[in-house]
Order: sequence, then C-alpha cells, then structure tokens
Amino acid sequence: MSSFTGTARLARLALRRDRVQLPVWVFGLGGVLAATAASVSGAYTTDAERAAYAVTAANPAAMAFNGPVLGTDLGSITMTETFTVLAVFVALMSTMAVVRHTRQNEETGRAELVGSAIVGRHAPLTAALITVAGANAALAVLVGLLLNANGLSPAGSWGIGLALGLVGVVFAGVAAVAAQLSGTSRGANGLAAAGLGLAFLLRAVGDSLGEQAPGGVTTDSAFFSWLSPIGWGHQLKPFTETNWWVLGLLAVLAGLLVALAYALTAHRDLGAGMLPDRAGPATAPRGLLRPLGLAWRLQRGAVLGWSVAMVVLGVTFGALGEEIDEMLENNPQLAEVFRQFGTDGTPADMYFGMVLGLMAIAAAGYTVQALLRMRAEESSGVLEPLLATAVSRPRWMLGHILIATAGTVLLLVLLGSGAGLSYGLIVGDVPGQVVSLAGAALAQAPGPLALAGAVVAVIGLLPGRAVALAWGALVVCVLLGQVGLLLELPQPVLDISPFTHLPPVPAAEVAVTPILSLLAAGLLLTAAGVAAFRRRDLTM
Amino acid sequence: MTAAISVTKLVKTFGPTRALDELDLSVRTGEVHGFLGPNGAGKSTTIRVLLGLLRRDSGEVSVLGADPWRDAVSLHRRLAYVPGDVNLWPNLSGGEAIDLFGALRGGLDPGRRAELVERFELDPTKKCRAYSKGNRQKVALVAAFASDVELYVLDEPTAGLDPLMDSVFRSYVQEAREAGRTVLLSSHILGEVEALCDRISIIREGRIVESGTLGELRHLTRTTVSVRTERPVTGLDGLPGVHDVRNGDDTTRFEIEPGRFDAVLRHLAGFGVLDLTSTPPSLEELFLRFYGGDAPAEAEAK
Ligand SMILES: Nc1ncnc2c1ncn2[C@@H]1O[C@H](COP(=O)(O)OP(=O)(O)OP(=O)(O)O)[C@@H](O)[C@H]1O
Ligand SMILES: [Mg+2]
Repeated sequence: MSSFTGTARLARLALRRDRVQLPVWVFGLGGVLAATAASVSGAYTTDAERAAYAVTAANPAAMAFNGPVLGTDLGSITMTETFTVLAVFVALMSTMAVVRHTRQNEETGRAELVGSAIVGRHAPLTAALITVAGANAALAVLVGLLLNANGLSPAGSWGIGLALGLVGVVFAGVAAVAAQLSGTSRGANGLAAAGLGLAFLLRAVGDSLGEQAPGGVTTDSAFFSWLSPIGWGHQLKPFTETNWWVLGLLAVLAGLLVALAYALTAHRDLGAGMLPDRAGPATAPRGLLRPLGLAWRLQRGAVLGWSVAMVVLGVTFGALGEEIDEMLENNPQLAEVFRQFGTDGTPADMYFGMVLGLMAIAAAGYTVQALLRMRAEESSGVLEPLLATAVSRPRWMLGHILIATAGTVLLLVLLGSGAGLSYGLIVGDVPGQVVSLAGAALAQAPGPLALAGAVVAVIGLLPGRAVALAWGALVVCVLLGQVGLLLELPQPVLDISPFTHLPPVPAAEVAVTPILSLLAAGLLLTAAGVAAFRRRDLTM
Repeated sequence: MTAAISVTKLVKTFGPTRALDELDLSVRTGEVHGFLGPNGAGKSTTIRVLLGLLRRDSGEVSVLGADPWRDAVSLHRRLAYVPGDVNLWPNLSGGEAIDLFGALRGGLDPGRRAELVERFELDPTKKCRAYSKGNRQKVALVAAFASDVELYVLDEPTAGLDPLMDSVFRSYVQEAREAGRTVLLSSHILGEVEALCDRISIIREGRIVESGTLGELRHLTRTTVSVRTERPVTGLDGLPGVHDVRNGDDTTRFEIEPGRFDAVLRHLAGFGVLDLTSTPPSLEELFLRFYGGDAPAEAEAK
C-alpha cells in the first residue's frame, strides 16, 4: 500500500460533502466579478473618464484596499477594482476547505474511521488539496470566460483568472501547513487567517507607498507588495505588461508550502498537532466557575489574536496617513476630487474616515466569529451537560454576547488608537490624534453590533443554517462596501448593510440618529434571538 | 411512595419521526430505575425531555414535582446528569470541567470530589482533548457523584468503562440508593441492570412496553420446561400457552407462558413423570423477547 492509497476515494467524498458549498463560492465570486466588470465598462466609456478614474484611484487609502492603478484601459480598471477583494475571498474559500477536509476530520474522529480503511497516510491531505485545487481551477476558467465575454482581451482575462486561482492554491498550501501545526481546526483556521492578513497588509503598505510611474498615470508599488502573493497578482499587470513569470512565483510558493505540509505530516501522529499538550490545573480557578468566566476562557484566544491584528492594522494605516497630504500637494486634480467628496474635513480626515469605515467591517469578522462560538458549543455537544446544570439559557447566551460586544468595542478602540499613535508621531500630536481617531473608530461600532444582533437572531431561529447565514451576511456587507457604489446599486440595496448608514467620522460629524437606530436594531434582534433560543430544542 | 419522575402520554416528534409516542414512565423516589430498549427506541430523547433540553409536543412531565421545561434552573440544582456521549471543552483540564459542572449545579463537596477522583483513577490535570472516551465519562461521573443531589440521571454511563471502573461505578450507585437518592439509569449492560436496578422500564419505538421488577418481568415471559416421562408425551400442542414442543427419546421440551402451568402439569401426570426441570428465561432471552417485538402481552393476545 502506498502512502497515497485511497486518495481518489477521499477526494470524491470531499467533493460530495462540498457539493453545494464550493459551487456557491465559485459562482458567487464569478458573478460578483462579472457584474463589476460590466459596470466598469458602463461607467468609464470615454478616455477622459478613464483618465479621471486613474487620478482618483491613485490615492493611498484607495490603493491600500484596492491595489495599484495599472493603466487607463477597462481591463486594468477592472483589475484594480476587483482583484484584492476577490483574492481575499478566494484565499478564505481555499483555507477553510483545506482545514475542513484535514484537521477538522481528525478532530471529529472521522479521519480515524477513514484511516482504518485502506487509506495511505498522505491520502487525506492530498485529497483535500486536489479538491481545493479543482475549485480554484474552475474559478480560474470561469473568470477567464466571463471577462473575455465582457470584451476584455483574452490574455488579460485569463491572466486575472489564473492569478486568482493560483492565489487560492497558495493559500490552500498555507492552510495545509497550518493544519499540521495546530491541533484544532479553530487554531488552524486562525493561523491561516493570520497568514492571509499578513499578505493583505504587506501589499496594502506596498501599494499605498507606491510612486507614480514616470510620465504616466500608473503606480509602481513599493517593495512590500513583492512580499505578498496577493501583491504578485497585481504585478502580473495582465492588461499592460503581462508579466507571465509572476504566475511562476505563485506556483513555486504553492509547491514549497505543500512540500512543507507533507514533510510535517510525516512527523506527527494522527489527531495530534506539532506542539505537545501541556498539563492543566487539577482544580478550576474561581473566575472560571460562572457562565461569563467560561465564555471568557473559551473566547480569550480569539480576542487576543484579533487585538494584535487590529493594533498592527491601525499603526500601519496611521503611518500611511502622512502620504495623503504629500500626494495632494503634487496632485491638484486629486485634491479637487477630494474637495468635491468632502464635507468640511481635511484630506487626512477623509482618508481616516474611509479606512476606519472599511476596517470596522473587518472587525465585524471577529463579532461574527465570537457569536458563532455559541453555535459551535451547541453542535459539538458540550452545551448539553452545561444546560443540564442550574444555568438558564439566557444567562449562558449573555456571557458570550457580552464578550463579543465588549471585544468588538475593544478592537475598534485599539484600531483607532494604533492609527492615532503612528499618525500622531508623524504630525507631532500623539494624545490629540489617539483620542480623536479612537473616538472615530468607536463611532463605527454600531455597524458590527447591529450585525451581531442578526447573528444572535439566526442562532435562535435557524440553528441549522446559522453559520452559513451569519458569514453570508458579513460577505454581503463587505461586497456592498467594496463594490456596491461602483455597481450603482440602488440605495435601498446598499442600505441592507448596517455599515452604509454610518458617516465617515472624522471627515463627517458623528450622526446620532443612525447610531441609535442601529444599536436599537441590534438590541431588538438580540432579544429576539435569545427569546427564540429559550423556546427551541437543543439542536446538535 | 411518591414519584420522583412521572410521565404520561409524552409525545415528541422530530419532523416526520415520532421519537416518543405517548410514553408513560414512573420512577419512585429512592429507587434505582433501569431504562432499557433497543438503539433508537427513544431513551436519550426521553431523558432530554426530562431535563428540559428538548421541548415536548404534548403530555405531562413532572420531575421532582417540577415541570422540567418551565422550572429548568431550579430543578437542575437538585439533579445531576451524565450524558451518553460525554463531550467536554478540549482546552479545559478534567479537574476544571469537574469543578465547573459542580459549581454551576450549586457546589460540590471537595472531600468527596478528591475521593471520587482517586477511586476512578482519573488524572484531573490532563486536557479534555487528551482524554479517552472512558476518561471523559469518568469526568462526568465524578462531577455527578460529587454533587449532593436528589436525582441522578445517567444515560449509558458505563459504555466506555473497563470492568474495574464499572465496579467502582456500581458501588457509588448503591451508595446513592442507600442514601435515599433516586437514580434513572439507561443501559445496554444487562448484568449492570440486574445488579443495580430495583425496577425496570423497557421502551420500544417510543413507547414503554413493560415496567416492573426484574422478577415481575421474568414472570411475564415464557419458561422453558424439559420433562422425562415413562411414555411418550402426546397432545401437548393443543394446550393453551404451550409453544415449540420438541419430542426426544424419553424427553420432551417445550415453552410455556406464565400462568399456564396448572393444566400442563395435570396433562403431563398421565405419562408418568420421571424428572422435570423448568428454566426461567436468561436475562438475554428476556430482553431479546421484549426488544424483538415478541412481547408477552402480544403473545397472549394471539
Ligand atoms: N435531533 C433529532 N432529530 C431527528 N431525529 C432524532 C433527533 N434525536 C433523536 N432522533 C430520533 O429519535 C429516535 C430516538 O432516538 P434516541 O437517541 O432517543 O434513542 P436511544 O434509545 O437513546 O438509542 P441508543 O440506545 O442508540 O442511545 C431515533 O429514531 C432518532 O433517530
Ligand atoms: Mg441514547
């Protein structure tokens, strides 16, 4: 028996388990891309419009989230507008799928059952990688076809498709390594997400610091972008230079990561991580012996991880704030655009308003994750004996809700303070900037908190679908925030996202009405969710 | 005697599945009550309704005089539950899990906890993810028996225990009974049921098919009789309550329903009985009959 025996059977099993999930990802992402491409070609019909786009898109805030401006042709505009956000989603699709078919199977004992059948030791990982590579290949083909059908050049269309697919495969490799290192699927997903965050951040810094190319409208990203596989995708420049060799970089990195994962599998037992389990205390500390204490114990790792991420993001974006002033001095056209946009804010205020608004949606990722912990506790069966003690259902829920809420507020304050610290050091006013940007970040809190109410409501009302619905709601918010305006969606559709309703403080005044309405909506939905949970069966 | 648990006409459905179908159950205060039935019969579902974890569709349920759905919190202070499949938090130690369950139930006796940990040979410093199935079960058992409660609800608590630990478990159940506590014990291990239970209820397809002491249940099923006679026995087949007659050289074997001995013995006397043995059903035979749908009530109705 070779160490790969049974791979084909396991891959079929994985495809069967994912027969809904992966197609939804692939066609959903393809659909978003096609819609955006169509609206780009509708919005920028003349050379003048396209040149104006290049001017406005080449500002540090926009480039941090979208990537460098690559040219004034429709293909390049489409690339800038869509590639980063799609690459992040493709990476998430890939890491979650790999963890689901490797570490999660080991954790639930499914792998043991399968492993005792005729299956080689490398078969489960190989099957997972084949499945995920297949999904990415399908996505690459779909993207190539859709963009080409939309009138973009074949080379460029296939270039975007291949770059997205290969980014997905690279992150499948990242997840494969994470699944060997960590003993739990939660930990493996966290490690992989940290890798993705780092890749995003490196290219955000590199693209933000990019310099205008001599004589043109395009931007040359700074060195940091070259440290990130997502950054490489942009550097392919599929519609202008078409640096095909960049795809080779992605392929080589994917290969190295997969090789590392295989090397690690050979050095551990089934079900174990790389780090040995340490012994715990023989008796419980007093703080643990309440529902809130238990919830904190279960959630504190996530709070810590997200806190570090938020401080890093805040400090980074704060440091980039200086660029915006410099940029406006050299670019009067852009300054004019900013003034048209602007209320009474300075350009730096505009920048921070935009960045904090988008980062609040990212922070909502924590909120959703923390609240879904309740569902995980229920379906894994640990909740059953807990609720057979003298703990009421609302009291148990409130412990988790309290931590998710306080954690969200903490993350936003850390984000704003981090930005205030680094920007304050640059402009010479640390206390003033920390207070003002922390306050501005806090003004975004009603967004994640309203979403939190929706998550609690689905946990109470639709437990079986809660995980998919909660993450789906967050994805909708991200997409509405990133491409909603570009797609010229009607206001009622944009209004679905709670984040749409909050003004970009500090560039705008704090508005009390949306804050209070969103908090009230969150509270009502939470109450509905708790009430529904009280009245329903425990659902495994 | 008062009833610790009393259930009448309990119905619980999961979509199209009727898991509990007008189930009646009565557990007296101070007894160890065995709850038996084939896989999927509805034991765990019944227990979850008794704990207020599932909501009943209809029927009356009273546990320690309270409604488990409405008064869940105050009721749970007075009982301890060991689930059939013990799942624990992977990153808590066993000791932490024991203390947590104990504290949330209203406190546990540290001396008794220490004794239980020692008797069950549990290492409380291990992380729960590192425990075997049997050790996870021990964590739940220690947490349950260390609490001073009126009712223990145990769903297949020994399925993963080795024989040594099984006997420790039995001694704690005995001790609970001697202290006047009530125990509801769901189990597939017949020896355990015979050793521990005062009364037994057998559930099949969501209904209680029989309830009583082991002696009463034995009494309800057929006895195997083997008789040696001077002349070959004839005419047995025609007697009511006699089944499976097999004639040997001088020995005849048959099965007989309870309460039918009189006529049969009179009939046999005519053939010169040399020797007669009557074997009550073994525990296995007894339960196979109840589980397999060949219950005496139905047999008699035929
Ligand atoms: N949450 C649920 N959803 C749907 N059906 C369920 C659910 N829980 C139990 N059932 C069904 O109800 C019936 C009774 O199940 P239950 O778990 O109570 O059996 P059991 O007697 O405990 O069996 P075992 O001896 O195997 O533990 C089974 O047919 C089962 O499939
Ligand atoms: Mg059961």
